[in-house]
Amino acid sequence: MPDAHETNTIPIDCTINGERVAMDVNPSWRLLDLLRDHLGLTGAKEGCGEGECGACTVRIDGLPANSCLVLAAQAHGCNVETVESLDPESLGHLHECGTTQCGACTPGVVITADWIRNNPDSLEHGSIRSLMAGNLCRCTGYDGIIDGVRASIDAGASKGNRS
Amino acid sequence: MLTEEPALTPIAGGTDLLVHWPGNLEARKRDYLDLSRLRESQSGIVWEDDRVTLGPLTTYWDAITDDRFKKEFPILIVAARQVGAVQIQTRGTWAGNICNGSPVADGVPALMAVDAQVELRSAKGSETIPLDRFYTGYKQSRMQSDQLVTGITIPRRQFTTQFFEKVGSRKAQAITKVGVAVTHSDETGWRVVSNAMAAVIMRCGEIEALLSSDAKIRKPEDLLGAVDADMTPIDDLRSTAAYRRTVFARILFHALRERNVRVSTDAG
Ligand SMILES: Cc1cc2nc3c(=O)[nH]c(=O)nc-3n(C[C@H](O)[C@H](O)[C@H](O)COP(=O)(O)OP(=O)(O)OC[C@H]3O[C@@H](n4cnc5c(N)ncnc54)[C@H](O)[C@@H]3O)c2cc1C
Ligand code: FES
Ligand code: FES
Repeated sequence: MPDAHETNTIPIDCTINGERVAMDVNPSWRLLDLLRDHLGLTGAKEGCGEGECGACTVRIDGLPANSCLVLAAQAHGCNVETVESLDPESLGHLHECGTTQCGACTPGVVITADWIRNNPDSLEHGSIRSLMAGNLCRCTGYDGIIDGVRASIDAGASKGNRS
Repeated sequence: MLTEEPALTPIAGGTDLLVHWPGNLEARKRDYLDLSRLRESQSGIVWEDDRVTLGPLTTYWDAITDDRFKKEFPILIVAARQVGAVQIQTRGTWAGNICNGSPVADGVPALMAVDAQVELRSAKGSETIPLDRFYTGYKQSRMQSDQLVTGITIPRRQFTTQFFEKVGSRKAQAITKVGVAVTHSDETGWRVVSNAMAAVIMRCGEIEALLSSDAKIRKPEDLLGAVDADMTPIDDLRSTAAYRRTVFARILFHALRERNVRVSTDAG
């Protein structure tokens, strides 16, 4: 049943994975819908649709956020980064440490992990485990994830990325 | 930013409003006023000599990453780190937590324990309501539908004690079953705020009076009289009233004892 909102649109102008995106969005789209259904960026996954699982995690203005809890219209003026924007090389450690099994949680895990790696200051506010607590995983038991994040932070530090 | 259109629902971080959005036809039919577009100008934390003010768009993460905030109001940082996970803390706002009005909110009790005041504004004018007088019943408050929260002001005090404790069913992202926020300053005395105990988050006047008196408090049971005088705990899916009452007295007692304040540990 189409409601009145289906016929209205809202213009947005934002940056997604480094590219400017100016378009009209439906007021009822979530950022997750915009990315997956309209921009073909299917990295972010819909798990729960209620902010619990983190499979839909993207970065908005540099910070991890659940794209299922953001309206597409709210992305106006924002810098959005999805898993597609990451350098696969930077993810090697996650792979080696058994961070992934079925892979459903992985895009979200990787986004949060990459944020921690690039912002080691975030560890002043909580352990790796607590910062990763918004990314649920039903397979790995988390140790592989934590080890992978730690290894990638250490590798980042050895490359001199950590000031 | 002000509207005369009461039919508009303000949306900030969306972490309450957008839960189960695709299936929530009623929510999707409403018209929204997107406050998040004002984030740049309205998310700052403003420090003055005698107070600090959170903007209407200040998120938990904004507070968590503000060193001064961490130093002066650790109670608020502890509460903020308990609100969901990082992905929620970066989007969820303190004002949204207040306006959502849930009796199990975590930001509200900590704010109430530091005497936060809510600034409200509409096209008709502005007013300030102390947070401990904001709620009138379950999910009911003094805020009118044409008003917006435009700031949350907290007086700066020398606290001798401040803490927030919550019991949930697991560590991260757990809905609070029972929580308590406590502060003490020589200037204003004790503040004890209960969370998830009654239909609203509230100051516990009898417990505050008990802590200010010379009555000996040697065991959790010594608090129960005051606990019962202050509130009638709720029975719900998450726990029973009897459990809440006992656990509340225990977490308050042990939190005080751990910090060596107010309770007597001697046998006599
Ligand atoms: C997975 C998950 C876990 C969570 N865990 C917790 C938790 O542990 N503890 C907890 O307390 N909360 C929790 N929450 C709830 C939520 O994150 C918080 O209540 C948050 O503070 C809401 O802020 P927001 O900006 O996202 O609000 P929104 O969803 O944008 O709005 C919430 C309400 O406030 C109104 N509103 C917002 N800003 C204003 C304003 N300036 N003026 C007038 N009205 C306004 C809106 O109209 C709406 O009614 C959780 C949510 C999720 C999805
Ligand atoms: S789909 Fe967004 S948090 Fe689960
Ligand atoms: S690898 Fe399967 S859910 Fe995480």
